[in-house]
Amino acid sequence: MYVIETDNLTKSYNGFTAVDKLSLKIEEGEIFGLLGPNGAGKTTTLLMLTTLIPPTSGTAKVAGLDVIKQPDKVRKAIGIVFQDPSSDELLTGYENLKLHGWLYDMPDDLKEARIKEVFSLIELTDRKDDLVKKYSGGMRRRLELARGLLHHPKVLFLDEPTIGLDPQSRDRIWAYITALAKKENITIIITTHYMEEADKLCDRLAIIDNGKIVALDTPEKLKKELGGDIIKLSAERPNLEALKSFKYVTNVSWLDGEIHLTVDDASAHLQEVLGVVGKVSSVVVRSPTLDDVFIHYTGKAIREGSPEGGWGDKVMHARSGR
Amino acid sequence: MGYLKGIYALWYREYKVFIREKSRVVASIVNPILWFLVIGGGIGSAVNISGVNYQTFIFPGVLIQSILFSSIFFGVYIVWDKKIDFLKEVLVSPLSRTAIFMGKIAGGATDTLIQIIILLAVGYAFASAGLMPGIRLDLSNLLISLVFIFITIVAAVSIGLIMGSQMESPEGFQLVSSFVIFPMFFLSGAFFPIDNLPAYLSPFVYVNPVTYSVDGIRAAMIGRSTFPIMLDFAVITAFAAAMILVGTQAFKKMKI
Repeated sequence: MYVIETDNLTKSYNGFTAVDKLSLKIEEGEIFGLLGPNGAGKTTTLLMLTTLIPPTSGTAKVAGLDVIKQPDKVRKAIGIVFQDPSSDELLTGYENLKLHGWLYDMPDDLKEARIKEVFSLIELTDRKDDLVKKYSGGMRRRLELARGLLHHPKVLFLDEPTIGLDPQSRDRIWAYITALAKKENITIIITTHYMEEADKLCDRLAIIDNGKIVALDTPEKLKKELGGDIIKLSAERPNLEALKSFKYVTNVSWLDGEIHLTVDDASAHLQEVLGVVGKVSSVVVRSPTLDDVFIHYTGKAIREGSPEGGWGDKVMHARSGR
Repeated sequence: MGYLKGIYALWYREYKVFIREKSRVVASIVNPILWFLVIGGGIGSAVNISGVNYQTFIFPGVLIQSILFSSIFFGVYIVWDKKIDFLKEVLVSPLSRTAIFMGKIAGGATDTLIQIIILLAVGYAFASAGLMPGIRLDLSNLLISLVFIFITIVAAVSIGLIMGSQMESPEGFQLVSSFVIFPMFFLSGAFFPIDNLPAYLSPFVYVNPVTYSVDGIRAAMIGRSTFPIMLDFAVITAFAAAMILVGTQAFKKMKI
């Protein structure tokens, strides 16, 4: 049985199609990634799957329940960690979790036991009675991750779980997510625009661009499908047509003054490639990464970093609230 | 009974946050006391209203003023919850939108009620010091006043929540809320008697539901009112019920 099944799921706002006929099947226990640049439609997809916004057309089932017809039941079966801070910083970590337990109508003894359990999982037991405003960004994220799990959801949605966090916190969050997936056997859906995150964490990935799935497979297969190696060249006036005419060149992209070539057996053909390119200021040869997969399918690179403002900014912003 | 626990959760959050912000509590008490002492004392030195001391006369008005301002302004926190993702966290829980609205009312009403009880205590002290000759703060009249106060708070918190559910920015909320609060306050007769108003003014005062709340509290505390107290009660209760109904719908349609 599929835990998530969407059929032509579509969301448009005033003529702009944010999610375009998305059809997805996600199996139980998977860590599934939605990878794409900001504005690709990842968060919109997530909001539809979590019943927070209604689809314009199409259908979606989560844990066997229809998001349009049975939104209340869907909400009971899922947990979600939002992109922006969603804990109350004038409450303690413990109070935030207690609140969550009440919202999900958990029996008191179970609630207390689970709170204790998740605090030790996220290693914040000794800080549980501190106000959240005294937490660092990473700690706050961990708290929200723990909260998403508290009521034992069948599906856990993580919207950009490490956005704006420092590399060290990011590594720790990844470790928690993988440990969780193993221990709790829940299905985890992650949206991210970090290639490394997608590569490390996800069992399967859907690459989304302009609201559409452009590729869907395991990270290994996606990389393998590109075939061969990647040659990255900086050249002033490259002869792209000549490059495309080589049989062993399967893809040519031109990005920010650099040529990205997908080539069968780079070592055998590098000389010939360099011969037609002309004057070259740098050459890199390597095996494909998800970045290359993304460039291959969309013709553009995902920008790391976050023009929407990172987690840190959002925390600062939220702080001025009360 | 899952929804009761959820309503309790939302109430608990608002209550905890409120009592942790001492400055908010203090500010909400200081302003009405200033109104009472400065405006009441200043105008009262020259005016009395058909035999009633002016400070005694406006004490119910000062209570209503602080109810309107803090209850309606409570709606801004919904806008802040939208700015961060806390509102989504609540909306994505199994709790129904109606229950969320009820929890928010319970939270906002508690905040304002705490302020009003402190103000009543301060008023009691002022009355004991002889500042408000003729005020009746005995138990039965206090209880009648509290009924009016509570219903008015529920109505005003609902108005704030309705506006908050529709607004995107706290600045916008502030602007719009002042357009709502000031007419309701000025046209309620909080600071003047409404028996002999000029013809251009009286219709506005009479359609303002808050007028009936002020009148009801005055009936209890001063023994002087324009309308029968049962009419006051009926109008303000009907108004609160209507606001709850509109608010429930507004929450159901609230976009994130």
